[in-house]
Amino acid sequence: MIRTSQEAAARLTRRGRWSLPEVVFWAAAAASVVLLPDRYLLLNEIVVIGLFALSLDLILGYAGIVSLGHAAFFGLGAYVAGLLAKHGVADPFLGLGLAAALAAALGLATSFFVLRGTDLTKLMVTLGFALVLAEIANQAAWLTGGADGLQGVVMGPVLGFFEFDIFGRTAYVYSLAVTFALFVVARRIVVSPFGLSLKAIRDNPLRARAVGIPVNRRLVAVYTLSAAYAGVAGALLAQTTQFVSLDVLAFHRSADVLLVLVIGGVGYLYGGLVGAVLFKVLQDNLAAITPQYWHFWIGVLLVILVLVGRDRVAAAPQAVWGRLTGRRSAAPLRLDPKPVEDA
Amino acid sequence: MLRRTFLTLAGATGLMLAASAGALAQEAIRIGLILPMTGPFASTGRQIEAATRLYMQQNGDTVGGRKVEIVLRDDTGVADVTRRLAQELIVNQKVTVLAGFGLTPLALATAPLSTQAKTPQVVMAAATSIITEQSPFIVRTSFTAPQVTVPLAEWAAKQGMKKAMTLVSDYGPGHDTERAFTETFSKAGGQVDNLRVPLANPDFAPFLQRVADAKPDALMVFVPSGVGSQFMKQYVERGLDKSGIRLLAEGSVTDDDILNGMGDVALGAITAHHYSAAHDSPENKTFVDAFQKANKGMRPNFMAMGGYDGMHLIYEGLKKTNAQGGEALVNAMKGLSWTSPRGPMSIDPQTRDVVQTVYIRKVERVNGELYNVEFASVPNVKDPVKAAKSGSN
Repeated sequence: MIRTSQEAAARLTRRGRWSLPEVVFWAAAAASVVLLPDRYLLLNEIVVIGLFALSLDLILGYAGIVSLGHAAFFGLGAYVAGLLAKHGVADPFLGLGLAAALAAALGLATSFFVLRGTDLTKLMVTLGFALVLAEIANQAAWLTGGADGLQGVVMGPVLGFFEFDIFGRTAYVYSLAVTFALFVVARRIVVSPFGLSLKAIRDNPLRARAVGIPVNRRLVAVYTLSAAYAGVAGALLAQTTQFVSLDVLAFHRSADVLLVLVIGGVGYLYGGLVGAVLFKVLQDNLAAITPQYWHFWIGVLLVILVLVGRDRVAAAPQAVWGRLTGRRSAAPLRLDPKPVEDA
Repeated sequence: MLRRTFLTLAGATGLMLAASAGALAQEAIRIGLILPMTGPFASTGRQIEAATRLYMQQNGDTVGGRKVEIVLRDDTGVADVTRRLAQELIVNQKVTVLAGFGLTPLALATAPLSTQAKTPQVVMAAATSIITEQSPFIVRTSFTAPQVTVPLAEWAAKQGMKKAMTLVSDYGPGHDTERAFTETFSKAGGQVDNLRVPLANPDFAPFLQRVADAKPDALMVFVPSGVGSQFMKQYVERGLDKSGIRLLAEGSVTDDDILNGMGDVALGAITAHHYSAAHDSPENKTFVDAFQKANKGMRPNFMAMGGYDGMHLIYEGLKKTNAQGGEALVNAMKGLSWTSPRGPMSIDPQTRDVVQTVYIRKVERVNGELYNVEFASVPNVKDPVKAAKSGSN
C-alpha cells in the first residue's frame, strides 16, 4: 500500500518535470520578442487566442466537457476589463483579476447546468449561454456601447512603468508573460492528483465514481477554472486592443477556438498554443495574398491535416529531434503519455 | 515524405512571418484598404474593392509624381482584427491613408489609431453619425443613416401622412434611424409608433400583424440589407402591399446589389438614399457601364459609390498637398466638392462628413430589371445629428 502510493507520487513528480522540447518552445516564444519586432500585433493576437484555447483544453482535453459557448467567458472578461478601464481603473492587472473573478463566478453558476446531460446537451447549453450573453450585451447599449462597440478604453501603464505603445511591444510582452504564468499554473494543476482524477473522469466517469472520485465537484472546479482562464484571455484582448465589440461574444469565437484546439491537438496543454500559432500565421499570410479566397485555402489545409492525421505530422519533428540528439525516439512533448483522440 | 512536408510547412510558416515584415521601402504612396472581404458582409468589401480598382484604372496610378498602391486587407468584419490590421499597416507598411471600414464598430475601433499616428482615415461605408467625431483624422464619403432618414420623414409628412409606424432592427444603426424618423415626423405634426425586431434571424410575422391591425398611413423600415428581401416577402405574403399602407424604407433595404433578386415583392417601395444605379446623369452612366464591364455585369451599389468617391477624395487631396499625408492631407480634403456619379457632393469643412443630395426613390421595373428610380431630391443635406449639435452650441 505504502509502496504503491510512493510509486504514484514518483510518477507524478516525473511527469511534472519540464522536458527539453517544452523549454525550447518557451525560449522560442521569448526570442520572438527580440527577433520579430514588426509582428508584435499578430503575435499578441496569437498569444491571446492561445490562452483562450488553453482554457478550452482544460475542460475538453482533461475533463472531456465539450463546449460551443466558451466565448461567453471570453467576452465577459473582455467587457469587464474594458469597462473598468473606461471608468478610470486603468491598472491592467486589476482588470485581469476582476475579469478572472467574474468569469469564474459565471463559470461556477453555469457549470451546474452544463454538467447535466450528454455531450450534445452540453453543446447546446453552452451555445445557449453564449447567445444569451451576446444578446444582453447588445441590449445593454448604455453600458456596453451595443453594436457600436465600447469606446474610450484607455489603459494605464503595466506595473506603472510600461506604456502600451503603437508598435504593440508592451502589449505582446505583457500578454506573453501573463499567458506563460497561467500556463505554468495550468501545467502544475494537470499533473497534480487533481488533474489525474480529471483524466480518470474523462476516460470513464462511472469507474471514476466507483473508485471514489467526487465526479461532479471535480468537473465544477475545472469548469470554473477554465472560465477564469477564458476571462483573462478576453481581458488581455480588450486591454491590448483597447476596444471591445459585440463579436467577443459571437459564435465564431467559440467555433474558432475549437478549431484552433483541433489543429493543435487536445489534452496536452500545448495544443491551444501551437494551434493558435499555426492558425493565425496561416490566416494572416493567406489573407494578405488573397483577401477574398483565404477561407478556401484554410479549409483545404484543414482537410489535409485531418486526413493525414495530426499525430503523424507531429511525429515528424519528434523524429528529427531524436536524430539530432542521437536517440532513436525522443520523449514526446505530451504530458499525457496516452494519445487522446479528437473530440 | 511526411517529414519533408512538415518541415517545408514549418519552414514556410517561419519565412512568411519574417518576410511579410520587412522590404517594401520604395517611395510609393500606400493606401491601406481594410474591408470585410469574407463573412456576412463580404458584398460590401467586394463592391468597394471593385470601385477603387476602377477608379485607379480610369485615373492612373500616379498622383503628384508618386505611384499609388493599394494594400488590401480582409478584416472579416471583426473590430479587433480591423484595429490590428490598421496598426500593422501604419507601423509596417507606412501607409499614408487608411480607407474602407465596412461597419461602424470597425471604423470606431480604428479611430484612436488614426489620431495617434496622424493618419487620415477615409470611411467609405460605415454610416453611424458619431464616427467622424471620434477622430479629427476621419473623413467620410458614404452617408449617415439620419442624413437619408430625415428627408424621407419630411417627404412623408408633406404627402399628408399623419400616422406612421417604424420597424427597425434592434441595434445601433436601427435605433439611429428610428430616432431620426420619429423626431422629424412628429415635429411635422405626425404620430409615430415604434417597433423593433431582433437583429438575427427575425420573424416579421407578429410585427407585421401589429402593423396590419394599427393601419398606419405609412410603415418605415430599416433592416440590414440582406434581411431586406426576407422582409419584403413577408410583407407581401400578408397582403400588406394591398392594404393602403405606404412602405417607406431606408435605401439600404433595397440595395442595388440585391434588389433585382428580390423580385416583384419590392415593387413600389419608397426609399430615401444618396445613390441609385439608376441615377440619371452622364457621369453615372459612364460609371455604371465601366463598373459592370470590369466586374462581369455586377451592378454597383451605394457601397461601391462610397469607395469610388473615397478614392477621388484621396486623389484630389494628394494633388493639393503634393503627395503629403498627415494633417495636411486631412486639411486638403476638408471643403473639397465635386460632381460624383451620385450627384453633387462635398466634404463639410467643420465635421469632415459628407454633404450630398438625398433622393426619394421608388422601386420600378426598367428594361426588365428592378431599379430605385429617383423622383424627388433634397440638395445639400448635412448629417442632421451633427448639424443639430453645432446649431445648439
